[in-house]
Amino acid sequence: MEFFKGNKVYDFMSKSKIFAFVSLVLVIFSLFLIFTKGFNWGIDFKGGVEIQIRFEKPVNIADVRNLVSKEFKGANITTFGSPNEILIRLNVNQVSGDVQKSLGEEIKKLLLPLGKVEIRRVDIVGAKVGNELKEKGLKALIFAIIGILIYVSFRFEWRFALASVIALMHDTIISLGAVSLFNIEVNLDVLAAVLTLMGYSLNDTIVVFDRIREEVRKSKINDLATLINVAISKTLSRTVLTSLTTFFVVLTLFLFGGEIIKPFSFTLLVGIIVGTYSSIFIASPLLIWLGFRIDEYRKKLAEIEKRKKEKEKLRQMYQGGVV
Amino acid sequence: MKKLNYRLIIFLLATVFGIAFTIPSFLGKKPRVNLGLDLQGGMYLVLGVKQDEAVKNKLKTIASTIKYISEKKELFIDNLKIDNNKITFELIDKDDMKKMDEELKSIKGIEVKKNIKNGSVEYSVTLTPAEIQKTKEDAIKLAVQTIRSRLDAFGLAEPSVTRQGKDKIVVELPGIKTEKEKQNIKKLISSSAHLELYLVDDEHQATTKEEAAKYGDILLPDKDNPKRMWLLKTPPVLDGSMITDANVGFTQKTNQPAIFFTLNSEGARIFGDVTGKNVGKRLAIVVDNRVYSAPVIQERIGGGSGQITVSSPDEAHILAIALRSGSLPAPVVLLEQRSVGASLGADSIRNSMIALISGFIVVVLFMAWYYRLAGIIADIALITNLFLITAIMALFGATLTLPGMAGIVLTVGMAVDANVIINERIRELIREGVPISKAIEGGYENAMSAILDANITTLIAAIALFAYGTGTIKGFAITMAIGILASMLTAILGTHGIWQYLLASGKKITPRDFGMEE
Repeated sequence: MEFFKGNKVYDFMSKSKIFAFVSLVLVIFSLFLIFTKGFNWGIDFKGGVEIQIRFEKPVNIADVRNLVSKEFKGANITTFGSPNEILIRLNVNQVSGDVQKSLGEEIKKLLLPLGKVEIRRVDIVGAKVGNELKEKGLKALIFAIIGILIYVSFRFEWRFALASVIALMHDTIISLGAVSLFNIEVNLDVLAAVLTLMGYSLNDTIVVFDRIREEVRKSKINDLATLINVAISKTLSRTVLTSLTTFFVVLTLFLFGGEIIKPFSFTLLVGIIVGTYSSIFIASPLLIWLGFRIDEYRKKLAEIEKRKKEKEKLRQMYQGGVV
Repeated sequence: MKKLNYRLIIFLLATVFGIAFTIPSFLGKKPRVNLGLDLQGGMYLVLGVKQDEAVKNKLKTIASTIKYISEKKELFIDNLKIDNNKITFELIDKDDMKKMDEELKSIKGIEVKKNIKNGSVEYSVTLTPAEIQKTKEDAIKLAVQTIRSRLDAFGLAEPSVTRQGKDKIVVELPGIKTEKEKQNIKKLISSSAHLELYLVDDEHQATTKEEAAKYGDILLPDKDNPKRMWLLKTPPVLDGSMITDANVGFTQKTNQPAIFFTLNSEGARIFGDVTGKNVGKRLAIVVDNRVYSAPVIQERIGGGSGQITVSSPDEAHILAIALRSGSLPAPVVLLEQRSVGASLGADSIRNSMIALISGFIVVVLFMAWYYRLAGIIADIALITNLFLITAIMALFGATLTLPGMAGIVLTVGMAVDANVIINERIRELIREGVPISKAIEGGYENAMSAILDANITTLIAAIALFAYGTGTIKGFAITMAIGILASMLTAILGTHGIWQYLLASGKKITPRDFGMEE
């Protein structure tokens, strides 16, 4: 089976301004959402209590709400996955001071009139822990970005590094925008998903960049836009295939992985789509806009090659005993 | 044998290794992959150690040493006080200054400042920054040890107590079921278990701290009735560090649950002296600043043993363990508690297994359909990859968490990436008219830089996650990293070895084997 046959070169670059515009709109919209609507922080970050319970039969959620609010004013009660399962959320200050008390037991007693209740999960997180996690998450992000910048600059050139990091931020911001838009609860797993999609988006971008680097070295094309078109077209088949397999897998995780993992798989689903899009339509044109010059890069490569050869020559001379 | 090549041999060894060390995990034997608490159920606690309290305690000890020295050596001092992490006192006779300095030198880790007045000398003693650091460090180390030995004594299966960051302790307790068990364990872990014996001051009356201080006393609440305050003479006559053993039993007369403790020889001597001198007075037994009981001393108690009556056998059990394993050097606070029921854990395993298997099947079928033989070879590498991940995790004793499961699922999607890149490169060369055997070699060569660069950048992200992640996220980062490394071995080396073997054994390979239409 072949999706993209032969050596057809698609002209992506001529439309790069349109995609850039689309991306810009998406990024601005996402940033707008992130800063105005914000995130639905889960207890990992904002602290609080979550109690997941299961009834033997589906129950009327209003009844649960009535019974629970007798003791806990302002408790947030929703079904979780199936109609038998219910998630009760409490604020930190509703229970502060008596973390020692058995909340599970108390809830069980309160809900006794509705039938047998199984306490499946009780999470209590102090407010302080959350701030520290946010800080750590941010550190992880910065650390990852710096590491990537250094590595890509070292292996390619600074414009490649900058372009890949911009593409990375583009993907991250849009995915976070979607998380905000769909009110996905942000917990530690979502942070892990964001970092994974960063790795994934880079992966995609690097494969295309690798091809651009190779074309600069091997081909005789002097026009950057044409060269990029060739490189993207040649890697198109791979980009689509890998995105498909990864997408399938994350989709199964989203559909069958259970309620707890949903925020994680949702973030990744969005990330894969955006990541694939950006590695084709955004990362490469960025090279042009950042002022990448084929002739200069070729000169640089030639320089490196020359130095290598000189070293080799010197070594041979040493070994030959001429000096 | 000529047909075998080193790549294939390494791949076969890796496969055997992977399968051999995967099997024990499924039979429940060691080495096996440990399931995280989110998958097997259990309780996860994060405790914060109040290190500043440890520093304060250290100062208190130094202050009492200074008091002891001055009494013993007859160096008269006045106004011995601690505030703002500073001990201050006044040496009444200037001429004693040399002697005092000499004595203070024997106390380690302090800085002494002096201010000479007319006849006296004002001393101010602080801890050196290094000593403060050490005290804080010791406090957390000791807390980890103490909590660990308490849990061991409680008889739980595989408790794990580890330090996290500067001042936190993570306690993981798999297999805890009932709510009551949870409550007991929380009490066991978080009680300081600081036992002190005080003489009750029956001669004075005081309602406030300041009033009590006038008589050199302190006020402490009653355990059962917090409103009832006891006036106690300081310093305490004994403290818990002198306890060698503590057991649970019942009192003879009233049949109340109680803890019977034994003191070391020094403690026994002091206990005997104090009880002998104070017959008819009351002795308060104080645990964690609450008065448990204050019985009247009937006679001199020799032999160095005593009892603390409590309200329930459960409480006795917990307190006895806590007393036996020593007190916490600094109080701990519960910052985070997560408990997952076993049934939820089982559901999570089932769900993620379904996702893993269905995702796996989709990818395997897709690869075989798209690339034919080349796809099947990639699939073989993928299967080995899964075995390898499990085996390596088992050998490292790594913990598989729910995000970790997701990480493996993700690896399945990404592991075939290397093969996709390679196969596309081979197809390209075939299209250019390169003979198959050369196209295969060339394909691997051309694909290498892209695969390496892409995987290394992903690895950098995984390392960042590991460095700053906590708990379950760390587990996710580890599975990701292992997955990436394993996929490089199987997808690059393994498949290459298989092709070389097929070529060497004379199989005719056509473009169709790469899924190309002729």
